[in-house]
Amino acid sequence: MNDQSPSRLGAAALAAGVAAGERTAVASALNLIDDSRPASRARASALMASLPEDRLFEGGHLIGLTGPPGVGKSSLAAALIRVWRGRGLRVGVLAVDPSSLVSGGALLGDRLRLAVGADDAGVFVRSLANRGTFGGLSPEVWPMSLVMLAAFDVVLIETVGVGQREIDVAGLADTTCFVAQPYSGDTIQFLKAGIMEVPHVLAVNKTDIGIAWEATFADLSAVIAGRSTADDWRMRLVATSATAGTGIDELAAALLAHRGWLEEIRIKSRRRHACQGDWVIARIREEFGRHGVAALGGDAAIRRHIDAGEGTIFDHVDQLTARLANGAFTDAQVPQKGGLT
Amino acid sequence: MTTLPTNGGRRPTGAPGSPAASGGVQRRPAWLMRTYSGHSSAAASNALYRTNLAKGQTGLSVAFDLPTQTGYDADHPLARGEVGKVGVPICNIDDMATLFDGIPLDRMNTSMTINATAPWLLALYIAVAERQGADVGTLQGTVQNDIVKEYLSRGTYIFPPRPSLRLATDIIAYTVRHIPKWNPINICSYHLQEAGATPVQEIAYALSTAVTILDAVKASGQIPDDEFSAVVGRLSFFVNAGIRFIEECCKMRAFAAMWDRIARDRYGVTDAKLRRFRYGVQVNSLGLTESQAENNVQRIVLEMLGVVLSSSARARAIQLPAWNEALGLPRPWDQQWSLRIQQVMAFETDLLEYGDILDGSPVIDGKVAELVAGAEAEMMQVEDHGGVVRAIESGYVKRELVKSHTARLQAIESGNLKIVGVNCFREAEPSPLVGHGDGGILTVDPEAERQQISRLNTFRAARDPAAVAEALAGLKEAAASDDNIMPASIRCAHAGVTTGEWAQTLRDVFGEYRAPTGIDGVVTGGQGGELDRLRELTRETGERLGRPLRLLIGKPGLDGHSNGAEQVAVMARDAGFEVVYDGIRLTPRQLAAAALEEGAHLVGLSVLSGSHIELVADTRRELADVGLSEVPLIVGGIIPDKDAQAFTDAGVAAVYTPKDMDLYRIMAELVDIIRMANGLEPYGVAA
Repeated sequence: MNDQSPSRLGAAALAAGVAAGERTAVASALNLIDDSRPASRARASALMASLPEDRLFEGGHLIGLTGPPGVGKSSLAAALIRVWRGRGLRVGVLAVDPSSLVSGGALLGDRLRLAVGADDAGVFVRSLANRGTFGGLSPEVWPMSLVMLAAFDVVLIETVGVGQREIDVAGLADTTCFVAQPYSGDTIQFLKAGIMEVPHVLAVNKTDIGIAWEATFADLSAVIAGRSTADDWRMRLVATSATAGTGIDELAAALLAHRGWLEEIRIKSRRRHACQGDWVIARIREEFGRHGVAALGGDAAIRRHIDAGEGTIFDHVDQLTARLANGAFTDAQVPQKGGLT
Repeated sequence: MTTLPTNGGRRPTGAPGSPAASGGVQRRPAWLMRTYSGHSSAAASNALYRTNLAKGQTGLSVAFDLPTQTGYDADHPLARGEVGKVGVPICNIDDMATLFDGIPLDRMNTSMTINATAPWLLALYIAVAERQGADVGTLQGTVQNDIVKEYLSRGTYIFPPRPSLRLATDIIAYTVRHIPKWNPINICSYHLQEAGATPVQEIAYALSTAVTILDAVKASGQIPDDEFSAVVGRLSFFVNAGIRFIEECCKMRAFAAMWDRIARDRYGVTDAKLRRFRYGVQVNSLGLTESQAENNVQRIVLEMLGVVLSSSARARAIQLPAWNEALGLPRPWDQQWSLRIQQVMAFETDLLEYGDILDGSPVIDGKVAELVAGAEAEMMQVEDHGGVVRAIESGYVKRELVKSHTARLQAIESGNLKIVGVNCFREAEPSPLVGHGDGGILTVDPEAERQQISRLNTFRAARDPAAVAEALAGLKEAAASDDNIMPASIRCAHAGVTTGEWAQTLRDVFGEYRAPTGIDGVVTGGQGGELDRLRELTRETGERLGRPLRLLIGKPGLDGHSNGAEQVAVMARDAGFEVVYDGIRLTPRQLAAAALEEGAHLVGLSVLSGSHIELVADTRRELADVGLSEVPLIVGGIIPDKDAQAFTDAGVAAVYTPKDMDLYRIMAELVDIIRMANGLEPYGVAA
């Protein structure tokens, strides 16, 4: 059942289904990415190798939407989806919710807040638990984003984030949008203190609730005045109300403008390739700690390995893991953690 | 046999056991006696009402079906399977006229349990009264019109909180002016208790809601300050009464004391009569059991005692559930039994011969003071969260309720809270009450839906399209402006607008809303070892299948009672499942799409409205359409035994009903169901 027929197809056929935006193919591909069994990993890697490169590294728009709990991210996402659907764009959503660390279980409720028009085959929502990664994104998010980029025009990753914790999504999205509450002193403090990386777009949401959002808006304007993000983009500030439906078009326009900027300065593809490296390094670090990364020559060496080598991110992790298992560790104190496959 | 009360639905005077019969003792008047009823069609419900009135019922309480409550016509896709199930379908003025055929509205006292579409049903009622030639100014009755609790528990909201509050406000402002004896709003603590509220929470959230409503009316500027006391005086409440009847009695006294104070201090009401805590009651359904259902009769009697015992805080109207409510829809005989309970209490006992028998009791006073203190503290909490609307939007109130409900279920599971026949004294003889061919419940004729749709089509064909369009344009204009919604709605009623058209026009202006579920942040206590063992099974099975077990839970159809689904979702999370909770009001197609997108290992449906047969069949078909026919499906809700059997025969993996209280066992079964669907040996731990 999880292995519905499409995933029993060869990787090339499944990838073709994904690229054609077939919903069952996308579902099977996501299930496959999520599947940790060795045989499935090999199939996932084959799938990844068959997805069209231009879609993964040039096309689409990968947007991270983050902000503190209760700020109305899902409602805002739903409003944005309506705008995009109105323009005929197909939308994939990865909604990341916290898991219960104790039980390993998770209650994923974003889907119902996102519910856009009934029976719209142009929207595909996958909920994800962060599975114990504190405040961060679980390893599946990046490869799943790639599958969705291959299938849809816009891919939105929704995560909970406050202060430093939102940077994970900023690290892999083309464009990051932080959603703030009116009167959210924290956001201003975090920005001022540099605890929070400057997002590309900052939305002050819930401007309908009647308290003085203008003050927050003005404060934020002052804080960000003249600040640029790492890609030399002048951050945009937008006032929105998902409930009243105001500011949504402006927000969509700001996100699109940033995408245009990335394409203009030709760094979109570079960013996505860098994310590939980040993902591989993160997996090595999870398994072997920073000593493992050091044993391989550090981040830069790993990136060079990826750029020079053949294969998917799964292959690279396997190759590097094998190298470590075969004695790249010279430091005897470094404990080897299990799972060397 | 008379079919109508001759005293205009006001309190019966010459009933048996009154002064003459009891030796000249001055008896106090009894409360209004009603039965919450309606089903199948307006004509069938009309016949039922006439019979009930002939049996001595003194008011009417109309139950509407879910499409009517949520603003859909009978032929809307979401209405499928729901038409005429939990109440009467009312699509237009002709249906309303049929419902009250032969019942002069100017001599009746009618309570309508209607909320999101309350302005519309009241408009239809007024239009029918006008058709009957009644003086509309003399109409008596109640519309529930408490939208706040719909977001928290009952689920039949349509619009976001703010426009909803505005509609409620419009009804109040309109009736205070034009139908002064109408109760324009019935603030419901009832459903809060059903959602798990403790007495303190019940008082606090109900009074916070009342304050919010009154503040909104004041802010709307529709009522001059010198008339505002009348608005306060028209507010009434709909309260629940549980089995802990002494505490419940104290709760009513606490309510009365606090309301008196709020009306005086916050709104400056000087006339004590206008500060009275006026309330109606439906006693508790949450505590009614499916196993040994006959015991519900004594539960109902005791629960009623709590709201009649104290004459200074006595209910003004009472409706009792039927003993078999946990089994399915009650039959006329079951409803008659509940009416007779009220009559015995009012006319045979000496209850009404005395003043307040609790005054001066230090035990009672102490308990009341405790409840008042607790409720005042909780009202402050709500205030700190920005008032009741913001506390709903942020999910605070819902979260608190789910916490209480979870605690209650844990107490039942651990045996700390005893429920006879459920977690103790379970040995029972077979019940002769359910031994008949009907299984002891009423089944709505499946033809009712088709017939209603056919009547609706005839109605649509016969009306003047230009008049309808003009009336709807007027409605839209009123909705978009500050104009009171009632006059435009009454014009729509006369012009032949349908329920679905009225609601859709407002949806276009106000938008639709989905309320927070409150399930995040709630933790089940867990029974240590048992829960750990369960998590181990879940984890291990997930590893065998390559990824964590994923469960999709949702409610197809229009039934908004989400407490059961939410409890299962919370428990499954704690058992280690990744639970995608998809909420209420879903079409089977949406559920199937969600199962596909989310990669669910198992799909769980919850249906309490009686429309399970259609909804389960449709969901199975839609799952097959997206290639998921192998994904196991489980169903929970009020499912009669014979339907449950038919489901399992047809391949539904499991059916759970209110008598399945052991959530641990259910979770273990879910793991096994997934294992078997994927070719793994079941653990068999649940067996």
